Amino acid sequence: MATQYQDRKISAPAVYPENKPYWEAAAKGQLLVKKCKACGEYHHYPRSLCPYCFSDQTEWTVAKGTGTVYTYSVLRRGSPTPYAIAYVTLDEGPSMMTNIVDCDLDTIKVGQKVQVVFKPTGDGSGATPPMPMFKPV
Amino acid sequence: MTIKGKAYIAGAFEHPTRKADDKSVALLHAECAKGALEDAGLSIRDVDGYFCAGDAPGVMNTVGMVDYMGLNVRHIDSTDTGGSSYMVHVAHAAEAIAAGKCNVALITLAGRPRSEGHSGAAPRMFPPNIPEVPFEAPYGPNTVNMYAMAAMRHMALYGTTSEQLAWVKVAASHHAQYNEHAMLREVVTVEEVVGSPMIADPLHRMDCCVVSDGGGALIVVKPEIARSLKRPLVKVIGAGQAPRGQNGGKVDLTVTGAAWSGPRAFEEAGVKPSDIKYASIYDSFTITVLLQLEDLGFCKKGEGGKFVSDGNLISGIGKLPFNTDGGGLCNNHPSNRGGITKIIEAVRQLRGEAHPKVQVKNCDIALAQGTGGSLGTRHCSATLIMERE
Repeated sequence: MATQYQDRKISAPAVYPENKPYWEAAAKGQLLVKKCKACGEYHHYPRSLCPYCFSDQTEWTVAKGTGTVYTYSVLRRGSPTPYAIAYVTLDEGPSMMTNIVDCDLDTIKVGQKVQVVFKPTGDGSGATPPMPMFKPV
Repeated sequence: MTIKGKAYIAGAFEHPTRKADDKSVALLHAECAKGALEDAGLSIRDVDGYFCAGDAPGVMNTVGMVDYMGLNVRHIDSTDTGGSSYMVHVAHAAEAIAAGKCNVALITLAGRPRSEGHSGAAPRMFPPNIPEVPFEAPYGPNTVNMYAMAAMRHMALYGTTSEQLAWVKVAASHHAQYNEHAMLREVVTVEEVVGSPMIADPLHRMDCCVVSDGGGALIVVKPEIARSLKRPLVKVIGAGQAPRGQNGGKVDLTVTGAAWSGPRAFEEAGVKPSDIKYASIYDSFTITVLLQLEDLGFCKKGEGGKFVSDGNLISGIGKLPFNTDGGGLCNNHPSNRGGITKIIEAVRQLRGEAHPKVQVKNCDIALAQGTGGSLGTRHCSATLIMERE
């Protein structure tokens, strides 16, 4: 059995002022992750105030774009195309919700090494930011 | 201050409908309220506190429902923690009664997701301005695949199997066969559960709760009123609540908020997991039960699969009888929020009014555990411990 990845329509993310740089970087193919200068911790999803120490001294850093599959699930019913939702633990530390793409979805494993790719959202014209997703290394 | 002994559950009612084509959600709430008041032997005019959550269709939840039902109350609470709201409401009602803010608290839940065609595999819809939504919604999270990710992680870490998860459903089905109102009354086997269609790896259709219409209501009263009524005395002795999320990216989907709400409730009640004779455990999915049992301390973390196997949750057979009404997996999950039915079955057990085939002998202490929201992202756990007096 194989369940090859298929593109699906992805809704465009709402861009709040707090996270504009994240989406601008995504459009350039860069994954950003927030780091707190006060406590040194990375976090995700990004906030202006650190969720660990509540400092406002958080900064955007460019993530390596590699990580490991923390967990995943392939949805097989209720969707026109099967897709794999996952949490990927970035090499910087935080785990982020994402999709695993560009592979046979039946071969995904917890602990698998993956790297970031960006997939278009909305009507696919590039008018809306792409979403960071991950494919096997 | 403690709520131990400050309030009693004097009335409990579960609506018999599982498909309410001919009723509005507001009417279901009102019928549940009427049923619980009749069970307690009280009148609508005795109610001076009202509690409901986001399932209530009234404007501002409580305010609209107070107007619809013609209540005259001096205390209201619209706390919404999804399916665990009603455990929180009982705790808040006990606090309000202890503080003299009300004497007779009414709690209602009702909904008709079955008639309205809801599905756990459909995308969840969110209003604007929720901070995490841009970072999650485009990836297609829904009710089933979020809980599935918790199950997948537990399997990878601890070797938990689909067959072990299936035992949770098997036990629920053994109980549901005796419940004339249960939506699914057929006893199922482990093989049937793991052979049912895969919805979201590793959860099969039979790992998922039902989508049903219905509702329930509770009446929580001060001790003097409870003693004046003709019903068995069910005392609230402990409660705990714990919201839990992604912790800034330090995600751990194998631990639920019950790891904090449970100890808080046990400490207040002055009892241990081994003192619990009957447990209602929120069962949106089989994995929900397994994780909460571990976190409440009924077994060690990682050993939930072994604990639920071989009928250990079946009344009269296993060590921890659970969800003797058939639970959300087989009986009822009204408004996609099963919390109130968990408390209602615990009250039945403590009163000795459960079905004779599933009634736990000498059931003096019971627990009702709720999880609202999603184990895959953020949820609120609430634990309630009750004692027969």
